[in-house]
Amino acid sequence: MKELRYNQAISEALDEEMARDPSVFIMGEDIGEHWGGPFGQFHGLAEKYGTKRIRETPISETAILGGAIGAAATGLRPIAAMMFVDFLGVSGDELLNQLQMRYMFGGKIKLPLTIIAVTGAGAAAAAQHSKSLYGWLMNIQSLKIVAPATPYDAKGLLKTAIRDDNPVAFLTHKMLGGMKGQIPEEEYTIPLGQADTKREGKDVTVVALALMVHRALNAAKKLEEQGISIEVIDPRTVKPLDKETIIQSVKKTGRLVIMDEEPKTGSWAGEVAAIIAEEAFDYLDAPIKRVCAPDTPIPFSPVLEKFWMPSEEALIKAVLEIKKPKA
Amino acid sequence: MHIEKEKLIEMYRTMVRIREFEERVSKEFAAGNIPGFVHIYTGEEAVATGVCANLRKDDYITSTHRGHGHLIAKGGRTDLMMAELYGRRTGYCRGKGGSMHIADTELGILGANGIVGGGINIAGGAALSAQMRGTNQAVVCFLGDGASNRGTFHEGVNMAACWNLPVVYVIENNLYAEKTRITDTARVTNLADRATAYGIPDVTVDGNDVTAVYEAIHEAISRARQGKGPTLVECKTYRWHGHFEGDRQTYKPKEEAEAWKKKDPVPAFRKKLIETGVFTQADAERIHQMIADEIENAVKFARESPLPAPEETLEDVYA
Ligand SMILES: Cc1ncc(C[n+]2csc(CCOP(=O)(O)OP(=O)(O)O)c2C)c(N)n1
Ligand SMILES: [Mg+2]
Repeated sequence: MKELRYNQAISEALDEEMARDPSVFIMGEDIGEHWGGPFGQFHGLAEKYGTKRIRETPISETAILGGAIGAAATGLRPIAAMMFVDFLGVSGDELLNQLQMRYMFGGKIKLPLTIIAVTGAGAAAAAQHSKSLYGWLMNIQSLKIVAPATPYDAKGLLKTAIRDDNPVAFLTHKMLGGMKGQIPEEEYTIPLGQADTKREGKDVTVVALALMVHRALNAAKKLEEQGISIEVIDPRTVKPLDKETIIQSVKKTGRLVIMDEEPKTGSWAGEVAAIIAEEAFDYLDAPIKRVCAPDTPIPFSPVLEKFWMPSEEALIKAVLEIKKPKA
Repeated sequence: MHIEKEKLIEMYRTMVRIREFEERVSKEFAAGNIPGFVHIYTGEEAVATGVCANLRKDDYITSTHRGHGHLIAKGGRTDLMMAELYGRRTGYCRGKGGSMHIADTELGILGANGIVGGGINIAGGAALSAQMRGTNQAVVCFLGDGASNRGTFHEGVNMAACWNLPVVYVIENNLYAEKTRITDTARVTNLADRATAYGIPDVTVDGNDVTAVYEAIHEAISRARQGKGPTLVECKTYRWHGHFEGDRQTYKPKEEAEAWKKKDPVPAFRKKLIETGVFTQADAERIHQMIADEIENAVKFARESPLPAPEETLEDVYA
C-alpha cells in the first residue's frame, strides 16, 4: 500500500489509463504544464503525454463537451475536463440533447467519454463555483454519474469510468482534494453501480456521497456515544444506483436518512427516498428523512455557507427524530 | 482631444483608488481575512478608468471575475466592497456574493461574474432595454481575452450588431486566461479584428494609457448613444498578480512581467499630468494620502461590521 491524496489518486488513474489505451486523451482549460488544472489533478500528464493527448482548449465548454462527443462517436475515448461542475451549464445542449446519440440512433454507436468536474461547497466560492448538481444530472438520460468520497474509490472508479463505453460524469469534491488515503501498489478497478458500506450499524441507515460521507461518519461516532448504531452507505455511483445495498441495509435497520449536499427539491436524495418508499416500505419503522441544503443558491459568506451545507449536527438531529437514544 | 482638468484629476484619483484597494485586498487575502477566491486587477487600472470616465451614472456595465477595478471606476464604494469581500452583512450583496458577484444596481453595475463570458448577453439585454425604453443609456461590457473565445461572445455581439444596440464591448487583453496565453487559443493577433465578422467597428488601444482608452471609448459611446450600434474595443494590458491570489505564475516569462511593470499606468499618468501642468507632485501626494485613508477606513468598516445572521441564507431567493 501507499499513501496518496485524493487528487493524486485521480492523476494516477488518468496516467495509468492513458498508458494503457492510446485512444484516451484529455481536453480542457489549463490542464497542461505549470498547472495541471486549477486543482492539479492533471499534474505531470502534459509532460509525459504531450500536447496531442493533453489538449488545452480555449474557454469554450461547448466545444469541449461537444468535441468529446464527436471524438467518442468516431473511435476515441476522450475525457472532457470541465473544471467546475457549474460550467456544465455552458454545455447544456451537449448534455441534454447530444449525449443521447446512441439511443436516438437505435444503438448504432457508443460514446465512451468521461466528464471530469469538481463539485461542492465549503470553499466560499459562492453560487457559481460550489454546486453539486447530482439531482440535475441524474435526470439527464444516457449519462452515468460517479462521486467518490476517498482516494481509493476515486482511483478505482475513474479507471472504470474511462473504460466504460458510455458517457460518465466523474464528479470530485473540492474539499476532498487534499485528503490522504491508502492505495494498493497493484492495479485495481471498482465497478460502477456498487455501493460501499463505509460503516456497519444496526439502528439507522445513512446514505451519503462524497464530502457528506465523512460528515456522516463523524456523526455516527457521536451517535454511538448515545447508543445509536449508524450504518453509513456510500453509493459511490449516483447512477446507476446500487439500490440493493441500500434496501438490504434498510431491512436490517428499519430507518433511513439521506444526506445530500444540494437543495432538497429535485435532489438525488429525493430519488433515493422514493426508491425506498416504493420498494422497501414494509421494512421501514419510521419516516424517511432527508438532510439536504435549503432551496437557495449557495451563498458566499462562510457563516451563510455553513448554514447552507448539510452538517453533522443536522444529521444527528434528523437521526434523533426517528430513533430515541438508549437511556 | 481635450479632456477637462477636473476629469483628468478624477481619473487619476480613480486609478490610485483601484491600485490601493487591490493591493490591500491582496494583503488581506494573504492574512486570511478574505475567504474564497480573489482576482486582482493591478496593472490594468487604466482600462476601467478610461472606459468608465465616459459613462453617466445611469449607464450600465457588466463586469467579470476580475471586477473590483470596474466597480470602483463606475463609482462603487470601497467600504461596501471591502465589507462584501469580508463576507459581512454591510457588504454590497449582504455577504451573499463575495468578490465574484459584487453589484451596485443604483450605479448601473450589473455585477461581477463568476462565469467567464457570463456578462456578455446580460449587457446586450440591458442595451436592448435602454433602446426599447428610449433612455439614451449606454452599456459597457467588460470581458477578458479568454472570454472572447466563448460561444456566447459570438451570439451576443452578432445580435447586438443586428439590432444596433447601444453597447460597447471592451476586451481587456492581459495576454492570459488563467495560465494559458491568448496566442495559444486565438489565431488573430488583435482580438478586435473579430469585429469584422459582425460588421461593426473595431478599435485596438494601449490599455495602459488611460487617455488613449478614454478617447477610444468616447467615440464608441457616442456611436452607441446615436443609435449606430456596438463597437468592439480591445485594450492591450497586463495582469501583474497571479490569476487568483496564490497562483505562482511559473508560466510567465520573467522578462515579460518586468517589461510590463515598467509600463505601470499609474506613475505614467501622474508624470503626464505633472508635465502638462494639470497638477503638481504635492497634489498627487495629497491624492495618495486621501486614498490611503479611504482604504484604511474601508478595512476598518469591514472589520467592524457584523456578519450576516445564518438564517439570512434563506432570504432573496424570490422577489
Ligand atoms: C465558463 C467558465 N469557464 C471557465 C472558468 C474558469 N476561469 C475563471 S477565470 C478564467 C480565465 C479568464 O480569462 P480572461 O477572460 O482573459 O480574464 P482575466 O482573468 O485574464 O481577466 C477561467 C478559465 C469560468 N469561471 N467560467
Ligand atoms: Mg485575460
